[in-house]
Amino acid sequence: MASPAYELTHLEALEAEAVHIFREVAATFERPVLLFSGGKDSMVMLHVAAKAFWPSPPPFPVMHVDTGHNFDEVIEFRDRTVGTYGLRLVVSSVQDDIDAGRVVEDPKAGRNRLQTAALLRGIREHSFDAVFGGARRDEEKARAKERVFSFRDEFGQWDPRNQRPELWDLYNGRHRKGEHIRVFPLSNWTELDIWQYIEAEGVDLPSIYYSHRRAVVQRDGMLLAHTRFLTLGEDESPYEATVRFRTVGDATCTGCVESTATSPGEVVAEVAVSRLTERGATRADDRISEAGMEDRKKEGYF
Amino acid sequence: MGASQLVRLATAGSVDDGKSTLIGRLLFDSKTVFTDQLEAIERTSRARGEAYPNLALLTDGLRAEREQGITIDVAHRYFATPQRKFIIADTPGHVQYTRNMVTGASTADLALILIDARKGVLEQSRRHAFLASLLGIPHLVLCVNKMDLVGWSRERFEEIREDFRRFAMKLQVHDLTFIPMSALHGDNVVHRGAGMPWYEGTSLLHHLEQVHVASDRNLIDARFPVQYVIREHSRDFRGYAGTVAGGVFKPGDEVTVLPSGFTTTVRAIWGPGGTTITEAFASQAVTIELADDLDLGRGDLICRPGNRPHTGRDVDAMVCWFSEHHALTPGASYVVRHTTRETKAEIRDLDYRLDVTTLHRDETAKALSLNEIGRIRLRARQPLLFDSYRRNRSTGGFLLVDEHSGATVAAGMITGPSVTASNVVWHTAAVSRTERATRGLTVWLTGLSASGKSSVAVELERRLVGSGRPAYLLDGDNLRHGLNGNLGFSPADRAENVRRVAEVAKLFADAGVVSVVSLISPYRADRELARAAHEAAGLPFLEVFVDTPLEVCEDRDPKGMYAKARAGEISGFTGVDAPYEQPENPDLVLRPENGDPASMAALILATLE
Repeated sequence: MASPAYELTHLEALEAEAVHIFREVAATFERPVLLFSGGKDSMVMLHVAAKAFWPSPPPFPVMHVDTGHNFDEVIEFRDRTVGTYGLRLVVSSVQDDIDAGRVVEDPKAGRNRLQTAALLRGIREHSFDAVFGGARRDEEKARAKERVFSFRDEFGQWDPRNQRPELWDLYNGRHRKGEHIRVFPLSNWTELDIWQYIEAEGVDLPSIYYSHRRAVVQRDGMLLAHTRFLTLGEDESPYEATVRFRTVGDATCTGCVESTATSPGEVVAEVAVSRLTERGATRADDRISEAGMEDRKKEGYF
Repeated sequence: MGASQLVRLATAGSVDDGKSTLIGRLLFDSKTVFTDQLEAIERTSRARGEAYPNLALLTDGLRAEREQGITIDVAHRYFATPQRKFIIADTPGHVQYTRNMVTGASTADLALILIDARKGVLEQSRRHAFLASLLGIPHLVLCVNKMDLVGWSRERFEEIREDFRRFAMKLQVHDLTFIPMSALHGDNVVHRGAGMPWYEGTSLLHHLEQVHVASDRNLIDARFPVQYVIREHSRDFRGYAGTVAGGVFKPGDEVTVLPSGFTTTVRAIWGPGGTTITEAFASQAVTIELADDLDLGRGDLICRPGNRPHTGRDVDAMVCWFSEHHALTPGASYVVRHTTRETKAEIRDLDYRLDVTTLHRDETAKALSLNEIGRIRLRARQPLLFDSYRRNRSTGGFLLVDEHSGATVAAGMITGPSVTASNVVWHTAAVSRTERATRGLTVWLTGLSASGKSSVAVELERRLVGSGRPAYLLDGDNLRHGLNGNLGFSPADRAENVRRVAEVAKLFADAGVVSVVSLISPYRADRELARAAHEAAGLPFLEVFVDTPLEVCEDRDPKGMYAKARAGEISGFTGVDAPYEQPENPDLVLRPENGDPASMAALILATLE
């Protein structure tokens, strides 16, 4: 009989909500796709998606929007994971856009901003109508305004002043041909929830999320990995440090933090006392202006 | 997995009541604000020439919001204490964004309504309290903010509290808490402040950590809308995936599949990833395998044979209209999104438009425009499988979608099947209530078997009649011989038992008689429906909880029922192997120390006067 014992823990509640969203999309869209970078949020998405459709594999492919400036460990991990889960991988590459002259690279600005064009091209070329993203509302204040089902017009644009009301667990995925819906199953998760879930579920991650030695460069108050994509300034000299990454993305603008955490449990302990947001600490592109994220989202960024 | 509990909050209040500042303060004082965020708002505040870091900047995330200094759309914020994780839907206060307030509040366990102590209860405060009650948010906290600007005045706080209480009496609000505070200075937000030594309650955060939200879901009526069918041919697997919308399902349960009506049993229930589930309860996402090979798909619903939702094409509903482009007008057609079912529906009628500030019903209204609320009758092309929203938010809530633009144009809350759709019409009597000699009401005694309800009820009836007031005792046991002779003791039958008794009591009360009901009525939701039926008819309803401890009841055991239940001879006995849900806000509580039945009846009489 009914009793107050019927209660979910916060991680179970977040997982149940995400499972519901995955199933809702699979049931109501024709061509969904899951954005997959090999980073921790996209790994948690993939893990939850696999659980949602058990014993079948997730009924959609995954797409990597590839800036070309990758950490080797992450690309190796991406390909291995796609094989393990039995998924089809679609790659939409920024380099292709640069080579074709569709976008122009500014060597100083990094390639994150150029991802929008590659993302929209990938969506258009494959006629995807629902695109799962791992964005969380706790990441940034423009993200905090985002719906779970986010309508995008034929140009992929977000209109923050005209969003569809979203009530209960009823989601409105209506769209016309050429338009699509961005879907964010992890909207209500925080960075700490992600790491607690990774620990509880044993989710596999690229090795760079855990402490390791590597050559780094100090730039604008951040630690950047010294990779073949980084052009050193005159006063910059690389040195060895013990670090890990809190996010993975374009290697030229994703910073790392000094850390000795070598397991999910140790990372959870570290995240729980951290006084910096992951984006504030490690994402150069978020520092452009107070409305940087909002402006990019309006253009079609996820 | 992580053992803390997730609690969803919604904030509401008028423009400039300081909502964003309050949230900023909650995040700041609970150490959820990060150094880089704080530095960013300090920079911006300095640039604007403000003396303090403006905590509102933490939540106003859009460029237009920062420029205009107001909140336009819902922002979701997160903070945690060791016991609980909180999701805050920070919703706009401005009138033109009522739809966004509704958006943010639909899943909330608790609503925070801010009031500026200088301004008192404004139109927007009433509007938001009404919306919170309409959306069925079980707990309301009135944050009387800016107490520093009224000299920390206790009199001012109490004045606002009484003012709001008078308004809230007209609403379905069962748990109402008032906290005086200063969000700017932090008094009574996370820590108790020094400014108000007269305030004896807890801080807001302490209240949020303690408030009991677990029992607010419907764990009685088993409902499982099929969301997605998972077929895996290699394993010969066919499972129905979905989220439990009410009640509890177990392997081996006999279940009925709607709308086909076939009955089968649950073969197995799987959690995400194939974990074994022995009991699936409301809010869990699971996959159900059935014993028989039935053809069911998305939009169908699995329930228990003896406890089905309503099935029908005609429903009455309250709707909040969202569209700025079109008004809601009878005759228009929309797509209905209800549970996992989608069908088209026509607005058959607009019964009335509600003025949410005065609660006045305008029955002459011909349309609803943006942000207006009213009651409609809807006719769906395919039958909907539904409960009233008050009974179950999941099976009672729906969206209306404009087929051409794709826009969500309304949120709806089902009040029940449309009676006018059948041949039943309500006959208006020639005699009005005020013309009758006496005023009726209902005294509803609830409590465990052998708690002493009947003895008190008998005494109360005797005294009322003795004083010349017409009264009649409706005793649960006696009614089961006649009116309710065909009902058993399953939750569904108990609900029906309570419903019938409530309807009879209502008729008596309407006739000017005091009905004294003595009924175990173990489920809170059933009693709330009884209260709602009376309130809807404008009749007073007094819930009296006879709070005699179980041990005392078992010792008395006048009919030997507890002994039989303990011996396993009867099952489903309240207090032994079936639950008793205590009233959360009874009008009166009677305990053994209140004396004999005569003294207790006197206490009730005193309350009536």
